[in-house]
Amino acid sequence: MATESIKYLTPETETKLKSKAFPRPHQNTSGIVNWLTTIDHKKIGVMYGMAALFFLILGGIEALLIRSQLWSHNMEVLSNREYNQMFTMHGTTMVFLVIMPLSAAFFNFIMPLQIGARDVAFPRMNTLSLWCFIAGGITLNLSWFFTGGAPAIGWFGYAPLTDTRFAEVFLDMGPDFWIFSLQILGLASLLASFNFITTIINMRAPGMTMMRLPVFTWMTLIVSFLIILAFPAITIALVELMFDRTYGTNFYDFLEGGKPHLWQHLFWIFGHPEVYILILPAMGIVSEIIPVFSRKPLFGYGLIIFSGAIIGFMGFAVWSHHMFTTGMGIVATSAFSILTMLIAIPTGIKIFNWIGTMWGGRIRFETPMLFALGFITMFMVGGFTGIMHSSVPIDAQHQDSYFVVAHFHYVLIGGALFGLFAGFYFWLPKLTGKMLNEKLGKFVFTLMFIGFNVTFFPMHYLGMIGQPRRTHSYNEGHGFEAWNQIATIGAFVLGVGILIGVYQFVTAFFNKKLKDAGKNPWDARTLEWTLSSPVKEYNFARTPIIKSRDQAWENNYGPKENHSEKVPLDDHGVHMPDRSWYPLVSGLGFLGLVLGLLFHQSIDSNTGEILRNYTFAIAGGSIAIFGIIMWSLEGPAGYHLFPKETEE
Amino acid sequence: MSEASAHALEHHEPETSTGIPNKKVLMWAFLGSDCMFFGTLISTHLIYRKISATVGGNFLDIRDIFDIELTSFSTFILLASSLFMALAVSAIHKGNLSSTRWMLFGTIIFGAIFLACQVYEFTHFVHGKENKFGDLEHQLTLSSYAGESEQQGKDAVAKPHVFGSTFYVLTGTHGTHVAIGVFWLLGWFAYSFTGKMSTADALDIECCGLYWHFVDIVWILIFPVVYLMEYAF
Repeated sequence: MATESIKYLTPETETKLKSKAFPRPHQNTSGIVNWLTTIDHKKIGVMYGMAALFFLILGGIEALLIRSQLWSHNMEVLSNREYNQMFTMHGTTMVFLVIMPLSAAFFNFIMPLQIGARDVAFPRMNTLSLWCFIAGGITLNLSWFFTGGAPAIGWFGYAPLTDTRFAEVFLDMGPDFWIFSLQILGLASLLASFNFITTIINMRAPGMTMMRLPVFTWMTLIVSFLIILAFPAITIALVELMFDRTYGTNFYDFLEGGKPHLWQHLFWIFGHPEVYILILPAMGIVSEIIPVFSRKPLFGYGLIIFSGAIIGFMGFAVWSHHMFTTGMGIVATSAFSILTMLIAIPTGIKIFNWIGTMWGGRIRFETPMLFALGFITMFMVGGFTGIMHSSVPIDAQHQDSYFVVAHFHYVLIGGALFGLFAGFYFWLPKLTGKMLNEKLGKFVFTLMFIGFNVTFFPMHYLGMIGQPRRTHSYNEGHGFEAWNQIATIGAFVLGVGILIGVYQFVTAFFNKKLKDAGKNPWDARTLEWTLSSPVKEYNFARTPIIKSRDQAWENNYGPKENHSEKVPLDDHGVHMPDRSWYPLVSGLGFLGLVLGLLFHQSIDSNTGEILRNYTFAIAGGSIAIFGIIMWSLEGPAGYHLFPKETEE
Repeated sequence: MSEASAHALEHHEPETSTGIPNKKVLMWAFLGSDCMFFGTLISTHLIYRKISATVGGNFLDIRDIFDIELTSFSTFILLASSLFMALAVSAIHKGNLSSTRWMLFGTIIFGAIFLACQVYEFTHFVHGKENKFGDLEHQLTLSSYAGESEQQGKDAVAKPHVFGSTFYVLTGTHGTHVAIGVFWLLGWFAYSFTGKMSTADALDIECCGLYWHFVDIVWILIFPVVYLMEYAF
């Protein structure tokens, strides 16, 4: 942009800012400082996405090791313990470090653009969420390098697997790494969700009523509410577990009066809403893509949103269907069974609405649409097996078998990951300004779709004939080999597909050969497509006045009275908040606190007593507090831009 | 131009869609989330309260340990601190800085008294009481409970117990909330001496007040559920 259109703060403010311990970097700073101190929701979204894609590769490698181990009977690719570590780390990584942050990447990048906002409500807090997420990812994966290696307790960490009596056998620090990384990841999710809720409720452009919000933004809102209400349960469960392991309390210790059963309840009170936290963003993405590529408005907009809210609400009332075989009693089991069956209704409504949207439309089968269609079909398969599990007697048969593995991978890969990939193919042109290679995209979809089905469809059968999940190996003579080999081949095909996809997304930022996208390459409907690609740092040169639900579409094709108008710029121009070091400082402080707590115990080699040293934890906590205090003292500050009306 | 910038900086809070300031929406969302934190802790306590009363044949009558007069006093103090907080918020809205400062100070003192009571209570529960033979009994720690000593001259044997686990973690989490609130208020108290405080800070102090009242309300729930109920059921 032209430099004369930038007006900085008064000189006094500039010098005051410079005199601080960490001077605020100049807004035009470049290189690494640009990324470390950014508070721009678009850059934060990109960093969330890139980190999550890295963890996707990592979690994928763990998955392929698991599949290699199961290639044939009594294989020894991995030892028992390594196998347990692999499925624990695979599950934890994919849920907390891949699907959730990928969703957060889209929330960050797309949601403010869809509601006509210049940023989220609390830009620096948004940056802190990012650093906490990265700190959590680092903490979890550091566990490989310390005593006992990675946790071997499953992503659910059931008591008494987490009991310290196992630590005496293995000198196991893995569960501690798992506990602390989940705590700091929870902090990241909570901060981000408070931010998104405030942004959506409070920062909509004039005329953008709640019932004009794009479905993706609605799903962001619902998911954020799910996160702030579900994460406290696991945070407290983990605090109790940490006290059990570190200070000898008896929450989950059966021998001392505790109830391991309580852990399962607390975990799944979080864990079931978590399932919807993972799937609703993908549903939001698909609800954006299908109308665009069917060239029709979304069928049943209100119903889709209402059923999304119902799913979120009921998601808190079905957690015990993960525990049908624990012996809760007939009344509880029946109640949770009925509620689980009922939750299929709002899900079905959504699927019929997507079909209704496509019905009679002029469908274009481009990559985003292919992934969206893959989402609907594969999610339906996962949904059907889910309804089967809601029946208690059937669930008792399927419990802990590969049938369950097939079910939730159909929901989480065929559902969530396909939805997120659809989002990448749909919105990356908005991020980078370049169209992705359509042929390569279709190739990726074909590989992923075939590889995915070849991997997970046989698992239904394997589960029915009795192969148990979470089990290191199997003996000869059960007839498991053939289908396991097919599944393993499929997994490698899926892995190659995902790898090419990730390559395509990452190189989209550098590849000069790609075609320019222009403002609205898909002829799409929502507000973000009225902006140039890539989007300017201030998003909207003039805040738009919204007249209808599909504003970009109405601007191009609608009657004149439905065209959006612009709020004229007042003499302050566009107020942009300044960069800041303090989110990074606070994030590092939290990492130090967590690592300090992890390593505060040592054993006196002579007496065998436990020694405690809190120096590093206190140092880390002090850095975090220092960061937060300086943060609140520096204020948002900022500078002013005066872009021309056409510069957006 | 510089005038315009300065003007813009004075108005940190932009117009919002609902008319409610962003920070307030954030605070309410956080408090909604915090309800679930305490909900989980209180549920844990209620679930274990009776189930584990007789682990290992060691019957626990928690009334032998509780000092209900002291806890009633500290409950009253915490409730009273909310009055100071409300007056501080009211004063900053009216621009009465001196009144704001001293009302904040009152809130801090009462919060600190509550914390001191809790520290005293925890210390005594862990340490136990001396019986007529000079032995310590009724010691409640995080992991065990030592009831009455059966024979004169012998210490009661501590047996594993869950009441201490749920009690200390629940009330300790609440105490941590109070301590964070006290430090937050101390920050404002110190800030009031810098001469920068103005009605522009009213919103921030009000958010601090929301937090303080919430922590207070949680105690209104914890006091009957954890303490008084032991005397009733």
